Amino acid sequence: MIATIADWLGAGSLVAGALLSLAAGVGVLRFPDALSRMHAATKPQVLGVLLLLLGIALRLRTPTDLGMILLVAVFQLSTAPVAAQMIGRAAYRSGRLDRGLLDADELAERGPGSGSAGPA
Amino acid sequence: MTGPTEPAPDRPAVVGRGRLGRWRDQAVALGWLVVVWSLLWGDITWANLVGGLLVGGAVLVFFPLPAVSFGGRLRPRALLVFAGRFAVELVSASLHIARIAVQPGYRPRGAIIAVRLRVPTDLILALTAEAVSLVPGTLILEVDRDAGTLYLHVLDTHGPADLDVARDRTLVVEQRIVRAVGSTAEVRRVETTSPQKGTRP
Amino acid sequence: MTTLLAVVLTVLLSITALLALARLYRGPSLVDRVIAADMLLATMVGAVGAEAAVNRHATTLPVLVVLSLLGFVGSVSLVRFAVREQQQ
Repeated sequence: MIATIADWLGAGSLVAGALLSLAAGVGVLRFPDALSRMHAATKPQVLGVLLLLLGIALRLRTPTDLGMILLVAVFQLSTAPVAAQMIGRAAYRSGRLDRGLLDADELAERGPGSGSAGPA
Repeated sequence: MTGPTEPAPDRPAVVGRGRLGRWRDQAVALGWLVVVWSLLWGDITWANLVGGLLVGGAVLVFFPLPAVSFGGRLRPRALLVFAGRFAVELVSASLHIARIAVQPGYRPRGAIIAVRLRVPTDLILALTAEAVSLVPGTLILEVDRDAGTLYLHVLDTHGPADLDVARDRTLVVEQRIVRAVGSTAEVRRVETTSPQKGTRP
Repeated sequence: MTTLLAVVLTVLLSITALLALARLYRGPSLVDRVIAADMLLATMVGAVGAEAAVNRHATTLPVLVVLSLLGFVGSVSLVRFAVREQQQ
């Protein structure tokens, strides 16, 4: 009984994760500039992968595999923002953004040359 | 950075900590590395524990990390509140972005805003940046470590009011993180400064 | 039910991969291509994981660990390359 419920929940979260990934793919293709594409690529994508992992966990249900799935989830959650920040900074610095779509730019008001964290 | 700058928060946790605290940090890091190693192998055996200790020790010796000042202590309830709100916001933000992605003919507008954190220590700054970057329609573009300021790109804005909403939301995330892991002084600083005051650079 | 699930997941993930490939092909700048490649790799993580879940085996789980770290290392190094190229 519980096994069947877990199976169905697992199937549901697998499909939901795939749907979110699909929406992220549409966003990456459709959004007008690199920064908005980043939004599509990082947010629904992270939740999509997490949901897929939850689906795997619900269908496999062995403690050993759960540990490894948890590890993948932690890696995803901790590395995605770092990569996103580096890509976002590169996109901003190389001017890959549509100024007509910006309501405000407080980073430009800061002026060049003040401190920044890290290399690159 | 123009405007009144608050004095940088003193960081006594690193200075006055001495060798003992440094050793404790290393031991905690080693413990986590052993846990990761065991999870990678899939089961906990003596061979895995010893192997994890060796590999973790080698990692700590050859790739030393900068000292992170962890002045506060973990508060389980606040941590649960943070984790719960984080999950809720992750889901709602993902659905929102997914919706505007598939909405035909919609061109979302964005904005880049600066948010000055009230507790700009390295730990809080890094955690807030991570959480904000994962959660609402926001993306970290640049981190000014000296001024404790995050520069965010906000997607799908409809005017100046949305900018303030995004700024307040970021500060609330910071508040939850400080309540979960911050020291007592940091919590007091977050509670006494209202989000509207002293946050604009 | 398992067959239906496999078909639905295959269709959804294939379309996602195609969309990412289209952006990879069109992407005006290197940054766009990095985003698309990241997206493609995450779709691969999803596909490998979905296969493991549908067929109920855990042999490919280590692949997931490697893929999830590879995406990070790959995009960070590409972005550093992009910044250096642009500064020259």
